[in-house]
Amino acid sequence: MATKVMTFYGTSIGKKVVMAVTGFIVFGFVTVHMLGNLQVFSGPEKLNAYAHFLKSVPAFLWTFRGLILISAVLHILAATQLTLQSWSARPQGYAVQRYRETTYAARTVRWGGPIIGLFLVYHILHFTTGQVHPSFSDNVYNNVVTGFAVWWVSVFYIVAVAFVGLHLYHGVWSMFQTVGLNHPKWNVWPRVFAVAFSLAVFAGMVSVPIAALAGLVRPV
Amino acid sequence: MELDARIPEGPIEQKWTKHRFNMKLVNPANKRKYTVIVVGSGLAGGAAAASLAELGYNVKCFCYQDSPRRAHSIAAQGGINAAKNYQNDGDSTFRLFFDTVKGGDFRAREANVFRLAEVSGAIIDHCVAQGVPFAREYGGLLDNRSFGGAQVSRTFYARGQTGQQLLLGAYSSLSRQIALRNVKMFPRTEMLDLVVVDGRARGIVVRDMVTGAVSSHAGDAVILATGGYGNVFYLSTNAKGCNVSALWRAHKRGALFANPCFTQIHPTCIPVTGDHQSKLTLMSESLRNDGRIWVPANKGDKRSPDVIPEPERDYYLERRFPTFGNLVPRDVASRAAKAVCDEGRGVGKTGYGVYLDFRDSLARQGEDVIREKYGNLFHMYKKITAENPYRVPMRIYPAIHYAMGGLWVDYNLMSNVDGLFVAGEANFSDHGANRLGASALMQGLADGYFILPYTVSDYCARKGASKVAEDHAGFKGAEAEVRDRTSKLLAVKGERSPDSLHKELGKLLWEHCGMARNETGLRKCLAEIPRIRDEFAKNLRVTGADAELNQTLEKAGRVADFIDFAELLVKDALERKESCGCHLREESQTEEGEPLRDDKNHAHVAAWEWTGGLEPKLHKEPLKFEHVALVQRSYK
Amino acid sequence: MDFKLKVWRQRGAGDKGAFANYDAKDISPDTSFLEMLDIVNERLIAKGEEPFAFDHDCREGICGTCGCMVNGYAHGHQGGTTLCQFHMREFQDGETIWIEPFRAKAFPVIRDLVVDRGAFDKIVQAGGYISVRTGSAPDGNAVPVPKDDAERSMDAAACIGCGACVAACPNASAMLFTSGKIAQFARLPQGQPERIDRVRHMVAAMEQAGFGACTNHAECEAACPKELKLDCIAQMNRDLIKAALVK
Repeated sequence: MATKVMTFYGTSIGKKVVMAVTGFIVFGFVTVHMLGNLQVFSGPEKLNAYAHFLKSVPAFLWTFRGLILISAVLHILAATQLTLQSWSARPQGYAVQRYRETTYAARTVRWGGPIIGLFLVYHILHFTTGQVHPSFSDNVYNNVVTGFAVWWVSVFYIVAVAFVGLHLYHGVWSMFQTVGLNHPKWNVWPRVFAVAFSLAVFAGMVSVPIAALAGLVRPV
Repeated sequence: MELDARIPEGPIEQKWTKHRFNMKLVNPANKRKYTVIVVGSGLAGGAAAASLAELGYNVKCFCYQDSPRRAHSIAAQGGINAAKNYQNDGDSTFRLFFDTVKGGDFRAREANVFRLAEVSGAIIDHCVAQGVPFAREYGGLLDNRSFGGAQVSRTFYARGQTGQQLLLGAYSSLSRQIALRNVKMFPRTEMLDLVVVDGRARGIVVRDMVTGAVSSHAGDAVILATGGYGNVFYLSTNAKGCNVSALWRAHKRGALFANPCFTQIHPTCIPVTGDHQSKLTLMSESLRNDGRIWVPANKGDKRSPDVIPEPERDYYLERRFPTFGNLVPRDVASRAAKAVCDEGRGVGKTGYGVYLDFRDSLARQGEDVIREKYGNLFHMYKKITAENPYRVPMRIYPAIHYAMGGLWVDYNLMSNVDGLFVAGEANFSDHGANRLGASALMQGLADGYFILPYTVSDYCARKGASKVAEDHAGFKGAEAEVRDRTSKLLAVKGERSPDSLHKELGKLLWEHCGMARNETGLRKCLAEIPRIRDEFAKNLRVTGADAELNQTLEKAGRVADFIDFAELLVKDALERKESCGCHLREESQTEEGEPLRDDKNHAHVAAWEWTGGLEPKLHKEPLKFEHVALVQRSYK
Repeated sequence: MDFKLKVWRQRGAGDKGAFANYDAKDISPDTSFLEMLDIVNERLIAKGEEPFAFDHDCREGICGTCGCMVNGYAHGHQGGTTLCQFHMREFQDGETIWIEPFRAKAFPVIRDLVVDRGAFDKIVQAGGYISVRTGSAPDGNAVPVPKDDAERSMDAAACIGCGACVAACPNASAMLFTSGKIAQFARLPQGQPERIDRVRHMVAAMEQAGFGACTNHAECEAACPKELKLDCIAQMNRDLIKAALVK
């Protein structure tokens, strides 16, 4: 069994499948995260209660965090290996190379990854552990609203979430293709789904800093 | 020299069965001890190499392309005939045999053609099993179409890419045997000589086209499956690399060259646009089912076709052949096109083209119907010419397409040189003076899959395994000659490229030994060829060196052989004073201008022997027709 | 028409290589790209210079021998065509044209624009066949194949092995080539018995040859002269996952 897994992982397709599966897990988390964020519009009680609920069972929280962490590590590991394989596959590049089909999202997916990674470090220090937050407290609602009240922090978040959106768009579509969920009759749907999903996540995510900047949500 | 075709005794239906029973077998354990050399990896060569390796022989396969998958069999569009009678329309082995002998204008050997028809069905079975995606009907069974004027639907096809799919099938079987180490493949390797030791073909000398290294390969039998020589005309539908060198080298080592003047002209090719033209592209003949062929009635009428009124158009095929009209056979349509262009009524920039007009069909059937039938062909035409055939008539002109002639072989596909087998387009055997559409693929695969594995086995069994080492004087001598020829080509240091000389030769042949031939023209050709040869010897320029990839050097070697071969081709055309199949001798026509065959004096295979540069010697193999009555063709 | 050519010249595998400049003057718009190269080469020979080497054979778009990068596009910018059927009328008069060999570690340059695509043959040898011995096949109509399956198999089988997919791929991946053969057989009943082993072995051979990984750019699909589709790759992925899950 172990050798079979390693043989499969040894192929680039195997690594891509690992990326697809771990990507799917992380996307799932991002979706839930985005939906959770939207509770900021339901007022401080709702959001704080939700935050409290998440932390109420540490075993649950840490299993969940562990899963995300392992997924992220595997995702990054496979991505790094695939990238190195592809770089070595063309030791001498073209003097002129032009593209017809590829998207901005596809071309930046490799760089979007590390950028999102750096953003996540800041994000955790900002809202989870509070080291870079000016007025961190147990009140999650206040943390969010005051955190985003600083305009350049919000702009930074919006830019970072845009990268997440691009990464999602190419990643979600690729996920279907990589695991072979592709049929000429339905080929348009993975694309449509990828666009809709990544736009929804982007919109949901940026709605919070925008609302904070616009003063639609205020600290209590 | 007595030409013995070794046709087995007995009724024609039983010849092949009986012959197979009478063959000697090689003990399975001993097959590894035999080495078979296969030159060429197209349908015939690829199929033979794979099948012999499956049997257990040690096979070495050579091709000049970078991969065996690229052989020019790949370009065949229309389909492959087989007497399956899946359509229940009255087809049978006998009918396919009959059509092929008659279509070849009675210049093929009955026994060979019958066997071809007999094994045709097994080819389809085998290719289906290989995963060739033939066209299917809605019930899931194989689809057929009628082709080349046949009255039954016996042509199997895979879109317009039948040759490609069949070749890739053979290539896949070959690849499997390469992986099993039963075949050693030598791509980018060109055969430059045949080695005959004590009257037996014992191996070949080759040049590695990447490093220039010359080496010898010894074996128990040699199979040449190196395709046709249509490129002697420079412009043809052949691939640029197709050449006569392997056959010509074998010829110079004693193999007889049969019927070299039988070269088929295909009437529907895209016309030449100028001197830059490097090859001609064929458009399927099926276009003539709905297109009407015409030229302006008046000489020098350069108006755009859409403004030429009906009375000033000459639908010359419909006019001259009211019964068959635009559907006359390939050779007739080709000659008629040449005739109107020679009168100065040709169309297009060069004046060598005729219109193939779909205006009436488009009006009658609608654009959708025409698109469904010919969409891919119209698309290809537009890509090459930048003209939209839905709006303006296509322009077409005949082009050299296929060589029926080739090395002489007996019933076992062995040449007169012991142990030298020749298969596919490279041999002369089955198509007589004219090949029917969709029969080339059939013959190549029949030879490779179902005939050579038997006859080569029989040959090996009868000879027993005995080695001639590659350091034998025969090999060393041939290697030295090959090196010498190469250094001579490099040493000329004149001014003309091999291509420019090749073009000159091609033009000369096309002019005087192309669609219609007469004694004056042929004699002129014979007078001119030595001048080209002389120019080649004195004024050739080959750049670069021998020990590297040198495409100019490769071309020069091939052109040298084409020049020598062209002389033989013209001599054969001169000798054959009758008109038959694709070969029209202007002196031999009926009063109505129809080709006239002369069975009394020319019902034979003309097999030419190399005599060391002196006049080649003609040997005649008489042809007997016991099953198909000799009749004169007429298409009025 | 007149053009300025920048052509990659490289004497052999060991040579470093560089671009050389050539003028292609008085070229008819009806000239194919390869014929334009012929003309330039003939003029080089006339001047006593060495012509540049390029691969080509059938010149009717089916053998898969020709191909180089033209202004950054595999087989030129027209799409759905091979270099031999690509005509000079597609360019602007006076245009500068960059001509480079297909580049990939698995396709080493032999000379100038000629590369060694032997890696493709190795992939096919690893399993791109149905094991059937000559003479052992049942009747051609013994196994019906639904028309739609036959058509989809043919779509995948149209590959000519030219290597444009690898050349155009930003990762130099050979997924489209490999998957074409896999999909052709996966869509036919004849291909089922060896289906799992085939995908395993062909993918292993593809990896071993040193091609890059797929990141779903779809540049291969856009460059393919025979318009093979990404479904083939999806099919291969699906089959490889199946192969990992069974036996």
